[in-house]
Amino acid sequence: MWSLRRWIQSAATVLSNPYVLFPFTRNLYQGKLKSVCAPGLNCYSCPAATGACPIGALQTIFANVRPSFKAGNFHIGLYVLGLLGITGSLVGRMPCAWLCPFGFLQELIHKIPSRKIEIPHWMIYIKYGFLALFVILLPLIVVDGFGYGTTWFCKYVCPAGTLEAGIPILILQPQLRELAGWLYVNKIAILALFLVLMVFIRRPFCRIVCPLGAIYSLFNKVSVFRMVHHPDKCVMCKECYNGCPMGVKFYEGANQLDCIRCLKCMQESCKFYAISYEIAGLPVQEKEGRKKAITADQV
Amino acid sequence: MGQDKRKSGFLLLLLFLVVLVIGINAGEVATVWEKAVSICLACIGIG
Repeated sequence: MWSLRRWIQSAATVLSNPYVLFPFTRNLYQGKLKSVCAPGLNCYSCPAATGACPIGALQTIFANVRPSFKAGNFHIGLYVLGLLGITGSLVGRMPCAWLCPFGFLQELIHKIPSRKIEIPHWMIYIKYGFLALFVILLPLIVVDGFGYGTTWFCKYVCPAGTLEAGIPILILQPQLRELAGWLYVNKIAILALFLVLMVFIRRPFCRIVCPLGAIYSLFNKVSVFRMVHHPDKCVMCKECYNGCPMGVKFYEGANQLDCIRCLKCMQESCKFYAISYEIAGLPVQEKEGRKKAITADQV
Repeated sequence: MGQDKRKSGFLLLLLFLVVLVIGINAGEVATVWEKAVSICLACIGIG
């Protein structure tokens, strides 16, 4: 039986990509909704997408900062940063768990039976390097003779773009296939690598690479919605960690960088009511009787 | 301390609302739209 979160993830994936006319138009949706950034990582060159990718939009603005200043526009990404900041301030990294289509895909693929592997904890910090380097610094600094930079993360890394746009666009527009060279091969190889890693590692792209998750994670400790750990009820059974789609050791503290607020630990894993959440500092209790409480004395 | 934590989310929310409004007034919405409605060659791995 699918959980509520699975249904919401499915709905979010469809609602991020509802443009069903693309097989007939053989082109992207071009309506006004495309000016609004999707909360999750969803490539705006996906033929079915009706929203913009926040990471793609940020890079584009950073890559065009110099020409924008020359033209007197002074576009520095405040619109996109504002949208991301509002989301982050309210719920931190919650969109990763509930709304991101690429995160959903990773969780589904991870269900394939296999030996599961855990990554070293330090690897979760690599995504901040991708954010700083590929999304901010390289698009800003490396520019051509006219002052235009490029979208480094989209161009050299993003497997979501390859899956959602690279493959379908080349199917829809055969004339573009002639242009596919080593860059395309590189992107396909990265996608293939991550598709394999997803089988063995919990949400590998989200934990190691995703710059959008890196941005949202910075809000986890200060957002209006926050997770709460009750050490007095925690028996350190590590069930929260075993069931966590991100491999977070909740018993070491709430609101860690990689906590995506999926609530699985609270609703399914923890039998001791050691996990809850609060909204604006006000505790929200789970309904009594939802699960059988076991006290620490009974263990 | 608890009070500060309670306020921090709302203060950030207010700050980013202001950031958003400045971005909208600067015309960044149109910039995002222009980029999003054309095929991004970098995204699909050919440019």
